[in-house]
Amino acid sequence: MFPFSFEWIWDAGHMVFMGGLWYALTIMGLGVTYCIIKAAVDASGENDGNHH
Amino acid sequence: MDSALIPKGVKRCPTWQFVLWIGAVSGVLLWGVVAMVLIYFKGLNQTNMNNAYGFALWIWADLAVIALGGGAFFTGFLRYLVGKDELKNIVNYAVLVGFCCYVSALMILGFDIGQPLRGWFIFWHANVHSMLTEVAFCLSAYLGVLTIEYIPLILENRQINKVPFFHHLAHNMHEIMAVFAATGAFLSFFHQGSLGGVPGVLFARPFGYRTGVFVWPWTFFLFTWSAAACGPCFTIFITKLTEKIVGKKLVKDNVIELLAKISGWMLTGYIIAKIIDTVYWATVTAPSKGFAFMDFYTNNPGSIYGIWILIAEIGICGVIPAAILITDRGRKSKTALWLAVLLAIIGVCLNRWVMVLQVLAVPVLSFESWFTYFPSWQEIATTILPVALGTIVVSLSYRYLPVFPQERELNPYEPAADDVLEPETQELAEAELKPAQA
Repeated sequence: MFPFSFEWIWDAGHMVFMGGLWYALTIMGLGVTYCIIKAAVDASGENDGNHH
Repeated sequence: MDSALIPKGVKRCPTWQFVLWIGAVSGVLLWGVVAMVLIYFKGLNQTNMNNAYGFALWIWADLAVIALGGGAFFTGFLRYLVGKDELKNIVNYAVLVGFCCYVSALMILGFDIGQPLRGWFIFWHANVHSMLTEVAFCLSAYLGVLTIEYIPLILENRQINKVPFFHHLAHNMHEIMAVFAATGAFLSFFHQGSLGGVPGVLFARPFGYRTGVFVWPWTFFLFTWSAAACGPCFTIFITKLTEKIVGKKLVKDNVIELLAKISGWMLTGYIIAKIIDTVYWATVTAPSKGFAFMDFYTNNPGSIYGIWILIAEIGICGVIPAAILITDRGRKSKTALWLAVLLAIIGVCLNRWVMVLQVLAVPVLSFESWFTYFPSWQEIATTILPVALGTIVVSLSYRYLPVFPQERELNPYEPAADDVLEPETQELAEAELKPAQA
């Protein structure tokens, strides 16, 4: 799964297979992170607005 | 008692009735849990699997729920990527049903691997040449996508949505849902396909073996195609079943008919491809391996795998539902629609049974006879367990979450007194009154 696993080989099979997996996981991770950060910013902005 | 949690403007059954329903389903769940505990503590000797049936009821159930859960990825694909806007009224439920199906699939796999504590080995020490490794990766990742798609629905619960952070989080997740839907479609294409690829590459088992293109046998494409065709049928079936149980209409007919029409054309294309594949396999592939077509359908105990199974899968549960769903008249008739989606569901389940279990039942050496198998009660109970769990998740979601956007419009309802007395409702009512007063 990772290049530091003992059975890892730098061949096309590993790069295509693992590349596809990490590509999908990265999109999911970045998407969720973006939503959480934006929600925190939006919510804090709303709270600031309520104070004034 | 729980009226504060129920979405505004909709009616739900009394709490006692709901608790009774959940209690009854929990009884079934408990039966499954007992079997699950036995399997986890005593091991796979609790099953009737053997050297001939390394794949058995669980794997069939896995493949079947994954195919039926295909409604989530395909409806999401149509809604967010193709732009079929009407499907926004059913996509929540498709995601919910898909979520339950994929949780079931992973739960069953957890039983099946025998050593759940070593389940992470398939990820950490991945064999990149194995289709099943690809299935494990895509299945787990896609469950992640479905969870991400389901979370905004939970955050839209009446009470949770009052928290500003959760309100914005749900909104933001909806905004970029197309990205998650595209990722889900990508993952689904590969894991649905790889599940089909597994029997297709078994060159030592001519019943399952197929030719193909590059490393993919034709079964790879047929499995993805059939999931995209029959998954939405399952979504329609569960929607209609929910409507029957709760006694009211939840989705407008035009939405159901659109999904049924797309499903019908997908099923038509799939069945044509399946017939071509079957004819080529029967006349070229199987004979090249030393088998005659009827060798696979005769001389088995009780004729359980007679030619009837092929006629049932392709003809009765393939051609007939396709013919119904592609016609306007068929889709508009309630009885015909019920029949079509039910046949399509049975058809895809039968296909998965044939491609997993009949493959193992057929003798491949001249001195062998047919292998028979009947699941133990523990296998049956643990297969029903996720169905009970899914029923509970769907029931809770329907009661407390705004799953059906058209429900309020289709079922006008006078709010209860406690709804009216809520401050925010009062504010809204006052705001609405102002123009009239002016």
